[in-house]
Amino acid sequence: MSKVDLKEIAKQEEELTGGHRLCSGCGASIIVRQVMRATEDPVVVGIATGCLEVSTTIYPYTAWKGSFIHNAFENVAATISGAESAFRSLKRQGKLEGDTKFLAIGGDGGTYDIGFQSLSGALERGHDMVYLCYDNGAYMNTGIQRSSATPRNASTSTSPDGEVIPGKQQFKKELTDIVAAHNIPYVAQASPHNFRDLIKKARKAFEVEGPAFLNVLAQCPRGWRHPEGEGLDILRAATDTCFWPLFEVENGEWKLNYIPREKAPITDWLKPQGRFKHLFKDKNKYLIDEIQEHVDQRWETLLHRTGEK
Amino acid sequence: MSNQVALTGNEAIANAMRQINPDVVAAYPITPQTEIVQIFSQFVADGEVDTDFVTVESEHSAMSASVGASASGARAMTATAANGLALMWEILYIAASTRLPIVMPVVNRALSGPINIHCDHSDSMGARDSGWIQLYAENAQEAYDNTIQAFKIGEHEDVKLPVMVNMDGFIISHAVENFNILADEDVQEFIGEYNPEHTLLDAENPITVGPIDLQDYYFEHKRQQSEAVKHAKKVVAEVAEEYNELTGRGFSYFEEYKLDDAEVGIVALGSTTGTAKAAVDNLRDEGIKAGLLKLRLYRPFPAEEITEALSNLKVLAVLDRAETFSDTGGPVFADIRSALYNADSEIEAVNYIYGLGGRDTQVDEIEAVYKDLQDILESGEVEERVQYLGVRE
Amino acid sequence: MAKKDQQKPGWKSIPEGGLIIEPGNADDYKTGGWRTYRPMIDQEICINCHICWIYCPDSSIISKDEEIKGYDYDHCKGCGICANECPVDAITMLEEGNLSEK
Repeated sequence: MSKVDLKEIAKQEEELTGGHRLCSGCGASIIVRQVMRATEDPVVVGIATGCLEVSTTIYPYTAWKGSFIHNAFENVAATISGAESAFRSLKRQGKLEGDTKFLAIGGDGGTYDIGFQSLSGALERGHDMVYLCYDNGAYMNTGIQRSSATPRNASTSTSPDGEVIPGKQQFKKELTDIVAAHNIPYVAQASPHNFRDLIKKARKAFEVEGPAFLNVLAQCPRGWRHPEGEGLDILRAATDTCFWPLFEVENGEWKLNYIPREKAPITDWLKPQGRFKHLFKDKNKYLIDEIQEHVDQRWETLLHRTGEK
Repeated sequence: MSNQVALTGNEAIANAMRQINPDVVAAYPITPQTEIVQIFSQFVADGEVDTDFVTVESEHSAMSASVGASASGARAMTATAANGLALMWEILYIAASTRLPIVMPVVNRALSGPINIHCDHSDSMGARDSGWIQLYAENAQEAYDNTIQAFKIGEHEDVKLPVMVNMDGFIISHAVENFNILADEDVQEFIGEYNPEHTLLDAENPITVGPIDLQDYYFEHKRQQSEAVKHAKKVVAEVAEEYNELTGRGFSYFEEYKLDDAEVGIVALGSTTGTAKAAVDNLRDEGIKAGLLKLRLYRPFPAEEITEALSNLKVLAVLDRAETFSDTGGPVFADIRSALYNADSEIEAVNYIYGLGGRDTQVDEIEAVYKDLQDILESGEVEERVQYLGVRE
Repeated sequence: MAKKDQQKPGWKSIPEGGLIIEPGNADDYKTGGWRTYRPMIDQEICINCHICWIYCPDSSIISKDEEIKGYDYDHCKGCGICANECPVDAITMLEEGNLSEK
């Protein structure tokens, strides 16, 4: 695969215009811009209800240069399944020519939670589509409610830090592993701060025949409570602390794509985010140790699974 | 050209689907619809259709995939019943408001609970305000005929709406009947090619489907939808006429059975109208001027035509195979009374909820309804406006 | 009943079903007014690495002929990611209120 040359890909047409109404400093549109540059074919994009969907298609405006469909919250995988099936059928009948790619996008709420069944069904059936999850770890569109992707102890509007409960009680669901268990051709976890890694993964995802899944961490300045300009630093910390490992599963083969020279302490990830502020009170410091332990275990598991150890 | 065949209602619909040869079918099994999916999947396996068959993991995904396929310019079909239809609910509205002419046979079954697999209309009646065109059938022939006509109605440029083809679970779906089936090529010629103006797969002319539509435009889009429903009424009649020319069968909105000189009448839909015809015949032998209006088109509701057809009646019973739990009777009753009010009608109208959960409704029970109407005619008194037919006290 | 607001098109003249048939017309919607800080690029320092361009959430950094030509201030929301990420510190964020000209 050729290397990612920014000056070259900058010559491609912009698929997402400015004038969308995502918050300043949002990670979702950065991810979309990078992923859309991984193919030159026309792409039919479907998005689950959520920030990215509402902000990019406020009638009568659309920020999408290509074809776009929003159906509902829990069904983007099924909706794109239908579009891809239509394409296959019409092409087989000689009613269509050329190649078209299919991209389903959901936030973590639309992917880990309410859209999980639809996603699993579409993956199992083997549609030739890419599913992209932009995971900002909560229902940000409705005002920062916890999802199964919310990290342990994050304070959200439905898992607030309180006198007796210090934020969300559960660790994040390992959705990428669950998707990998569908034995689809390509599964990867990525982050837009490492755009070379993400774009390469998106290229592979578009190129494979059959379903591919990209789980991409996205900063949310409102929900994570950090200055708008510093989102990518936090994503960097997510990978340096091994909170969000970058890995891929290609035809069943697991591979780590980034191993920090020295694993940074989890506080590097927690500290810059207001949603974890309460963890730095003395009474809660044990929680940081528990989170560190969880991250360490997960990293060990991945090292073994990828043959690094 | 047509052939007489002996098939179940489900086989009739599956064969209509084969003849339509939809581009995409996304479906999930549910009693009593399952046979349709099974038979159709055999057609796919045998290469008798060009269809891409999407074996979805739920009815919600069946309707969602149908929306994706239809927005991509495909002829898309699915089929369901009862709880399956309920699971689709959200997307029924989206399909209609996105103006996608999906066709869906619904094999009517009681909507839980407690769970019951047999016929009533609580499933489709609940969806009556979803924006779908709704057709009902007395028998397998009509279910077949309605399926063939559905795309031609829904795809019409003045309509662009999804169509629900209803057929009574088990009573029609699983009973073998003799009926006429068209030649495959006649079906193709009748339904024609589908070439929508805008599709997701037209890379030269990209579109955005399903944006967020707020206070400033949502109402305008809903108003368009209301207009499309108005047009649908006209188009249903046109398509019925064309179908009649081809087959010699069918009617547009409803069938009138001995209604001309009737004094007491029943409005009903679905398979029970066959039973009601037998009751009318028996009562006519007794000298009672009984008649029947069998509804085919329930959404849009042909109110003026119905009141015109009923105008000679003195007393009317509306049979509803669904409850609204409003304490004011069933759904068809509400529509009929509203229509009568608009027509300044003096017809006395009462309602019978019947046949819930597949409870059999016999000829003598329908006769008893007509006798009740005779009593009202003679006494001028209505004791109970809404009654329950065939339930144990 | 007709509404007073007659500037927007009525139901008879808009595409059916909420369809938008002008791709990318959000470009006509200006989000530049959201900005409290304006990024300014020093072309003398800029090495045209395109790091700012690939990270911009608002497609507001103009690249032409492999060079960074400046900003689309109609849409830039002033998040400051570009300034934060620039490897040669060529971008500074200036408070809009202190800028005399537009």
